[in-house]
Amino acid sequence: MDEEYDVIVLGTGLTECILSGLLSVEGKKVLHMDRNDYYGGDGASLNLTQLYRKFRSDQPPPTALGRDRDYAVDLIPKFIITSGELTKILVHTDVTRYLEFKQIAGSFVYRDGKISKVPSTEMEAVKSPLMGLFEKRRAKKFFEFLQGWKDDDPATHQGIDLDKDSMETVYEKFGLEPGTQDFIGHAMALYLDDDYITKSARPTYDRIILYTSSMARYGKSPYIYPLYGLGELPQSFARLSAIYGGTYMLDKPVHEIVTDQNGIFVGVRSGDETVKAKQVIGDPSYFVASQEAEGGKLRVLEDGKVIRAICILKHPIPGTDDSDSVQIIIPQNQVNRRNGTHYLIHETIRSRKLSPGLQLLGPIFEKFVTVSPLYTSVSTGEVDNIFITRSYDATSHFETVVEDVQDVWKRVMGKDLVLKKREVEAEA
Amino acid sequence: MSKQFQFKLVLLGESAVGKSSLVLRFVKDQFDDYRESTIGAAFLTQTVTLDGQTTVKFEIWDTAGQERYKSLAPMYYRNAHCAVVVYDITQASSLEKARNWIRELQRQADPSIVIALCGNKADLAARRQVTQEEAQKYAEEEGLMWSETSAKTGEGVADIFTAIAKKLPLTAPPSSRTGGRGGPSGARQGVDLNRQAASQNGGEACNC
Repeated sequence: MDEEYDVIVLGTGLTECILSGLLSVEGKKVLHMDRNDYYGGDGASLNLTQLYRKFRSDQPPPTALGRDRDYAVDLIPKFIITSGELTKILVHTDVTRYLEFKQIAGSFVYRDGKISKVPSTEMEAVKSPLMGLFEKRRAKKFFEFLQGWKDDDPATHQGIDLDKDSMETVYEKFGLEPGTQDFIGHAMALYLDDDYITKSARPTYDRIILYTSSMARYGKSPYIYPLYGLGELPQSFARLSAIYGGTYMLDKPVHEIVTDQNGIFVGVRSGDETVKAKQVIGDPSYFVASQEAEGGKLRVLEDGKVIRAICILKHPIPGTDDSDSVQIIIPQNQVNRRNGTHYLIHETIRSRKLSPGLQLLGPIFEKFVTVSPLYTSVSTGEVDNIFITRSYDATSHFETVVEDVQDVWKRVMGKDLVLKKREVEAEA
Repeated sequence: MSKQFQFKLVLLGESAVGKSSLVLRFVKDQFDDYRESTIGAAFLTQTVTLDGQTTVKFEIWDTAGQERYKSLAPMYYRNAHCAVVVYDITQASSLEKARNWIRELQRQADPSIVIALCGNKADLAARRQVTQEEAQKYAEEEGLMWSETSAKTGEGVADIFTAIAKKLPLTAPPSSRTGGRGGPSGARQGVDLNRQAASQNGGEACNC
């Protein structure tokens, strides 16, 4: 630990591991530490023993649940959008060679007390109970308009300006019913609330195109998922970092973020050892816990909470055709709540944010609930060389994680993140 | 008809016992006296021909230095069909470390994993601290394959990989046992992101 590093990374969540991997590839000398003896931080995937140790410390896992190693329960369940930004990073860095993916069987949406599959084929769309016959025609025209849109061809614009007109204007032009708007805004554009309706239509257009192009790649749903749990993602980027010289230390407590008299980052202290580096990147938990040792310096603020529930069921979700993996979206208007709910449901792993959704699950064998604060950094880090990533939000995918990676990268490196294809290693 | 089987092989052992050198010798028949710690290429493949018809392709995972502070990820062990646990015959402590890694494998890896214990740096026999008898006895007790190698001279290197290839179950496709990676054809099941990325532009139809 007597060496000096370019960057110390604290925490092995996905955001930190992607940054660590990309920085090592870029030639930076990286030391990556985690207080836990496992990878993944708050976004780890746990086996049964680890899960019960975390939530039921006085109780071993019931034998009825079977073998420990058959479980990989994501603490923060999300899916990967097939054509999304995370996929681009996975492919460009070539970490896909360490991973296997499965396709999520279907995306469902909650409407009028029951759930229906978001259509993935024309046949499903024709049969779908989500819209009446005339509404289907209107929706078809709406989607044809979006698909046909070309920025430089006014003939495709039909009088709409995506940058100036609101989404409300677009919905009105095609005469879409409120239920259809719910479905489009929440199950396809994946908004958590309805604020987007009064804003420029452009971001919603981009999100719908992302959804439909993701759907087109594999057919059943626009989502993929690592076969052995989301915890494989940070592990694979950590391996990338290690291959390019990154040093890994798990099970390493971090006692202090050491700064000089001007508050500029100097190093990280663990016990009696202090490791020096030019910059530090870390998840918020490392900057909350260390406040006391540093004279109460406030580095992160809480600006919200996410409630997550992991439920173990002994049956498939009712109404999903016995799918082994699904996402169920509950638009906010369907439950009279401010925010929508996403269920990410794959095999034994279930999640929820609001109670109405739990009723959809049928009998619940076991339920673990967490309430997690959402932290944001009070400074950009450009002055003190302390760069703090964001907590994992309530979205059902990784797009905001990649935004955070790009944002932190730009501040750390002083330039935009440009993905380069990793050199192909020699095959003998 | 020729058959090719693909297996994941993981390397384990204390830092500086010569894990990467062993692979470099096996894969490229090279040796570098002043090799730095593993950087850059920790994923190599090499094919062993057993007889005219059967070839075994090893997908070799190096630790990339993550063993140094006990920070190997569970992913490393996942679906590994075979492991080479390396110690340095001139360092008695490295055999102790090898025992720990073997315990870790027995805990984390598939119970059917084929493990070879490998005493490297056999060219430095003059400075030997680990006797052949001691290592062999331990290997027999634990049901491991064992041999000594020198990545520097090449002695025994190809032999140990060939011996592993012979011991792997070639009757059943490995994929049926692990449920995934590397069937007899080497093809992966599930979703291939790289392939799909290439054909991405083709799919733009809206299915709604």
